[in-house]
Amino acid sequence: MSDQDHDDTVAPARREFLECMAWAGAGALWLMKGGVANAITLPAGAKGGAAEAKDATFSFVQISDSHIGFHKAPNPDPVASLRETIAHINAQRQRPDFIVHTGDLTHLSRPEQFDTVAELLKEAKTGQVFFIPGEHDVIGDNGKAFFARFGGGVSGGGWHSFDHHGVHFVALINVLNLQAGGLGFLGSEQLAWLRQDLAGLSASTPIVVFAHMPMWSLYPAWGWGTQDSAQALTLLRRFGSVTVLNGHIHQIQRKVEGQVTFYTARSTAYPQPAPGVGPAPGPLQSVPPGQLHRYLGSRDVRHVRGGEAIAVTDVALG
Amino acid sequence: MTLRSLLFFALALTSPVLMSAAPPAHVASAYHVDIRNFHFLPARLTVPAGAQVTWTNRDEEPHIVVSAGGQFPSSPGLDTGDSYHATFSKPGTYAYFCSIHPQMVGTIVVQ
Repeated sequence: MSDQDHDDTVAPARREFLECMAWAGAGALWLMKGGVANAITLPAGAKGGAAEAKDATFSFVQISDSHIGFHKAPNPDPVASLRETIAHINAQRQRPDFIVHTGDLTHLSRPEQFDTVAELLKEAKTGQVFFIPGEHDVIGDNGKAFFARFGGGVSGGGWHSFDHHGVHFVALINVLNLQAGGLGFLGSEQLAWLRQDLAGLSASTPIVVFAHMPMWSLYPAWGWGTQDSAQALTLLRRFGSVTVLNGHIHQIQRKVEGQVTFYTARSTAYPQPAPGVGPAPGPLQSVPPGQLHRYLGSRDVRHVRGGEAIAVTDVALG
Repeated sequence: MTLRSLLFFALALTSPVLMSAAPPAHVASAYHVDIRNFHFLPARLTVPAGAQVTWTNRDEEPHIVVSAGGQFPSSPGLDTGDSYHATFSKPGTYAYFCSIHPQMVGTIVVQ
């Protein structure tokens, strides 16, 4: 996580900073301002991170891909690793305003798996927990059971938005009505809603988008993308700072496209191979014994006082 | 009616009788699709009318067998080692996919 990331098509005024720090194998700290990225060295990163954390007006945590019900290598006990993730969140000095789970709460959408997730997240010390579904949460019923339990009373297709301390949050659903041979899918109804949702906002409003599947063509051969995401991004492009957080691929990947920065999150259950490495996606079997925790974790996001800056920190379990 | 058309008519009448004489239980066990590494194997399977096709998930990931045009019932979520079968009584081309990994597509051709 120490790679330099520059986008030469971006105006220098926008190229403020995103700093990335590896905590000796324990994760990475991302500091982002204005949607543009820079990596900094580890000791400087530690200091910078502390300063940014102190400045934060609020923070939230992203967790993803808990796959409760999975019971094989490399993690026969994803309940324990989710519980550990929650303990890490609870141990933070600053309590997050909310937690967002970006999907695949369960492995097979079974009622007892949903029960376990609900019970475990009751232990989280936070104001609220939001959930968006992954494709594993909508098996057999198009998400009916998921939305009844975790939809937060949102009507329609489950997509929604809210404002929090000046940041506009948008939760998109891209795991329903998938078409043969296709990828993740938003659909015209959701895109029309998004257009309307964003219409009244000033371009200086920081936007954070949640989705389960990647909102760019990360690796379409493995289904890692959303077939109509370009239409959503066209609507988001006029904003000065757009942060898109998703799960699905169980590893950290990022991409900067103008003012839009995409991040995929780690899983709390098991890692998947890097894009195109090996015959197929799925649980990474080659995790060395005792090393699983380095591949799992949560993401802490802080909104920094006085502007558009969003700091994103990925924290490994061990 | 010519002799040729009479013959054709007679064949058309008798051939379904001949087909139904085939033992269905034997046919049922013969057609199998493996789901492995996020692929249906074979991706295209040709079977006679009346055949039962069985899919078995060999991946660590769950998969679902869904007819692209709603032509046959969808499977439930198939965990590792789970199987699902469907019987194809009418000739035709049946496209299907995995509704949670839609890049996975397959075809059953029923003759």
